[in-house]
Amino acid sequence: MGLFISAAQAAEEVRIVEGVEHGGDHGSAGLPQFDFASFPSQIFWFLVAIVVLYLLFSKIVLPRIGGVIEERHDAVEDDLDRAADYKRRAEEAEKAYQAALTEARAEAQRIGDATRAEIQKEVDAAIAKADAEIAAKASESEARIAEIRAEAAEAVRVVALDIAEALAEAVAPGVADASAVNAAVASRTSSSTGN
Amino acid sequence: MAGEASSGGIEAHPMDQFLIKPLFGDEGLGLFTVTNQTLWLAIGVLIAFALLALPTRNATLVPGRMQSVAESLYIFVRKMAVDILGEEGLKFFPYLFTLFVFILISNVSGLIPASFTVTSHIAVTGVLAMMVFLTVTILGFVKHGPKFITLFWIPSAPTVALRVILFAIEFISYFVRPLSHSVRLAGNMMAGHAVLKVFAAFVPAMGVLGIVPIGAMTGIFALELLVAFVQAYIFTILTCIYLNDALHMH
Repeated sequence: MGLFISAAQAAEEVRIVEGVEHGGDHGSAGLPQFDFASFPSQIFWFLVAIVVLYLLFSKIVLPRIGGVIEERHDAVEDDLDRAADYKRRAEEAEKAYQAALTEARAEAQRIGDATRAEIQKEVDAAIAKADAEIAAKASESEARIAEIRAEAAEAVRVVALDIAEALAEAVAPGVADASAVNAAVASRTSSSTGN
Repeated sequence: MAGEASSGGIEAHPMDQFLIKPLFGDEGLGLFTVTNQTLWLAIGVLIAFALLALPTRNATLVPGRMQSVAESLYIFVRKMAVDILGEEGLKFFPYLFTLFVFILISNVSGLIPASFTVTSHIAVTGVLAMMVFLTVTILGFVKHGPKFITLFWIPSAPTVALRVILFAIEFISYFVRPLSHSVRLAGNMMAGHAVLKVFAAFVPAMGVLGIVPIGAMTGIFALELLVAFVQAYIFTILTCIYLNDALHMH
């Protein structure tokens, strides 16, 4: 309460100044504050003023200000709620997007796998078919080769027999035994054709 | 604070500004006599109306300048009431708001040169303080019955003798409250204005050097502006503290 003390001291000084400067000049010594004749008027008009102010504030001003502050509080609260709602919805949308993305990835993976398996199956079938065709062609060729070889061997045997008979006829006519020559040629050609 | 022509010497009439004079006619002061104080009470009511009722007539969600002022006053006093008295103190909020705004407007408007300071009169602050005193006392007895008298009994004092002495001290201090409550406000207002007036009287007497007391007056005026706010605040917060005694005892 330093303000009060200093102010009171100042008041004291003022009183001294007043006493020194014009002690007797003024008819009414003492403070106007203690002029009790003015009290009834002072108190009456003060009460009128304070009652008017009280009614003005309690009936009009305070409900108005309280109302607008309450309204603002509600509006701010509302906006915050809405913002929180929007944020929640954005988060949900992001979550849904992420879920859709992973699902799409899985789906793509699945489709890729299925296609790959299908293609593999077709490739395998084509390879098997080609293998079978090749094998068939090869065996056919082998059979032809064997046939050609047998024909050639037969031709060789016939030619050898003819030559042997001709030789035997030339060397010793009439002696040569057809069956013996035949056997001899057969034994030689079979061994020679055996490689 | 009308400057009076001085003839050479220092002539200060620092208390003349507090004189209560009838505005019309010259007869004595009766109950209904309209005086210069009545005029300034009316001006105070008009300022309150212009400051608080007009800007809030079309109160908007985003406040204008004047509405912000009104709202700050509202929030300031309301916070004071809730901090000290709690939520149940809000039923005294209109009362506290009226006290604060009345004292604030009276104090500040009294600083206008040649104006009259309503709150510099002990009759006004005395009634203000008595209103608080009666409210607290009646509320205390209505709420707590005869037990309210134990407000002065301090059970934490170590001996019974001490408690009795403290009871007497607390009892006396309770009844001195309205006196200190009212004299604090009126004394502050009166002293500050009287000091300003004394300095003002030095100005014509000092000639060119009169600039010195003018500088001092500028400083004192700023201080007085602060005191005007602080005294309104002190009066209201003490009212809250006294009301808290009645509401919650210790």
